Amino acid sequence: MATKIRHLHRHHTSPVSESRTVQVIAIFLCLLFMALFLILPLWSVFIEAFAKGVGAYFSALVNKDAQSAIRLTLLVAAVAVPLNVVFGVCASWAIAKFEFKGKAFLITLIDLPFSVSPVISGMVYVLLFGAGSFLGPWLKSYGIEVLFALPGIILATIFVTFPFVARELIPLMQDQGTGDEEAALSLGANGWQTFWRVTVPNIRWGLLYGVLLCNARAMGEFGAVAVVSGKIRGKTTTIPLQVEILYNEYNGAAAFALASLLAMLALLTLVLKSFLEWRFGDELAATGRH
Amino acid sequence: MQVRIANVRKEFDRFPALHDVSLDIHSGELIALLGPSGSGKTTLLRLIAGLETPTDGKVFFGDIDASEKTVQERNIGFVFQHYALFRHMTILENVSFGLSVRPRATRPPSGEIRGRAMELLDLVQLSGLEKRYPNQLSGGQRQRVALARALAIEPGVLLLDEPFGALDAQVRRELRKWLREMHDRTGHTTVFVTHDQEEALELADRLCVMSQGKIEQVGSPDTVYDNPTSPFVFGFIGESSELPVTVENGELWSGGRAIGVPAPDSKTGEARLFFRPHDVELVEHEASLAGVVTSSRRVGGTRRVELEIGGDGHKVEIDLPFDHPAGEKTRLAFRPKRWRLF
Repeated sequence: MATKIRHLHRHHTSPVSESRTVQVIAIFLCLLFMALFLILPLWSVFIEAFAKGVGAYFSALVNKDAQSAIRLTLLVAAVAVPLNVVFGVCASWAIAKFEFKGKAFLITLIDLPFSVSPVISGMVYVLLFGAGSFLGPWLKSYGIEVLFALPGIILATIFVTFPFVARELIPLMQDQGTGDEEAALSLGANGWQTFWRVTVPNIRWGLLYGVLLCNARAMGEFGAVAVVSGKIRGKTTTIPLQVEILYNEYNGAAAFALASLLAMLALLTLVLKSFLEWRFGDELAATGRH
Repeated sequence: MQVRIANVRKEFDRFPALHDVSLDIHSGELIALLGPSGSGKTTLLRLIAGLETPTDGKVFFGDIDASEKTVQERNIGFVFQHYALFRHMTILENVSFGLSVRPRATRPPSGEIRGRAMELLDLVQLSGLEKRYPNQLSGGQRQRVALARALAIEPGVLLLDEPFGALDAQVRRELRKWLREMHDRTGHTTVFVTHDQEEALELADRLCVMSQGKIEQVGSPDTVYDNPTSPFVFGFIGESSELPVTVENGELWSGGRAIGVPAPDSKTGEARLFFRPHDVELVEHEASLAGVVTSSRRVGGTRRVELEIGGDGHKVEIDLPFDHPAGEKTRLAFRPKRWRLF
């Protein structure tokens, strides 16, 4: 009897699952696609990077301009990511926990950078702070350069990356509701204690997930930054811009050496992201939505 | 602590949730706010807690006007339907939370906080689970932790919002009994919200029956059950049958026949007769309510029979002994032993 049941069980498939052949074909097609479009390019990045040997690879990385690009990229991310964390937490707090007019509009606004081409985002800052604008010359009279300088790059990066944290936290906080906060308040905690001891721990993994994606994009952003940076070598080039410059100069090995850094960042992000999804999937609102 | 709610009105986006509600809650009593969903019972509880602010009216704790106080200042213990335990804290940390967030001046030393939390866990019979996390506990255990957490701050009033609503029937009955024992031991003024009349009747010293943002009746379970003051309360608490009747010549009439029930006062005209299905007697050859059985089913030790009275399709339910031979189409005559007219 027992063997019979097991036997039946093995052959019993769910009514929605396809036959074995279809499954195999579907999986194979997926793998083929991924190999062709994701793994092969990634692989070729590293092949090209090491095309002239390990020595050339490292000398490309310690090159003065390359070092400056790496420093600039890290600096931009170090400013843009924390600011977007603050903004993202504020926005999702407001949206999830309060009712106010214009809420739907704010949600749409947060999504704007996702739907606008990064080049346009950069152009907006050129219009705002360029030579012919009102703000540009005014700030310049105080000695503040925005366009073709660090502030412009940071502004453009913030703009492009600001949906990531908020988008991750809004559904999570809406889902969690205000019950825990009410409980904390009823137990005598003040707003500050409630925020740090109850709200933040409740969203920490979701927040980390958002930070991860935000950081990856901040370091990898090309379009918007390209428009506002002016690509002044050794001064306003971030890693992606430096890669393009080197590539256009037919310096493939050096270009791919730098590109390999971004590729490694992508891989690291992917690993951490998968780990978070695997370990804290129930505490993330939108697993794998991006 | 005594709590007095004085002429409180609450509107949400100009939609009224409570109209001019006044209620005196005695010190040390266990009172139930009972009503169907949308009756405003939870809103009233949250107003007492300070989680909502009244549009109009005041809430007094003792002689002090608490309306202007924040939820933190009111020193209440609030237990939520879905526990609202802090999922990233252990059970001990959850119970200690209220004491550990106090300002330094009034915060007990950490050893004392821990001792107090352990005592409370002992009180709610969860000793040994202090290192667990909320998701490692059953629903009933979680709600007991929530209660211990609320008691830790030594609240003046304990407020429970459908505390057993998310639990299954068995656990619910156990916790109900346990809560009553807890209350008898600690003596906190306790207000709890429920839509379950059985729970309210069994647990509470007094009931406050609410409907559509108004208080219908306040009284002991016996008073409310035996002497409902409105058709709503009669229908909502316990089983009830209702029949339209005419009052004439000091008697009640249905379908042109006197039914053998005297009218309580001299008023005449249309009225609604309410009685409990089990408060009836079968009669023969006398003025009575007569009807044809439309359905008959056995419920435990009794037989619940549905009768169609007269030709207008009015149906009432009465209880008979389970071995009564009444079947469909049987004609039965009965008279309510106790009734109310509205």
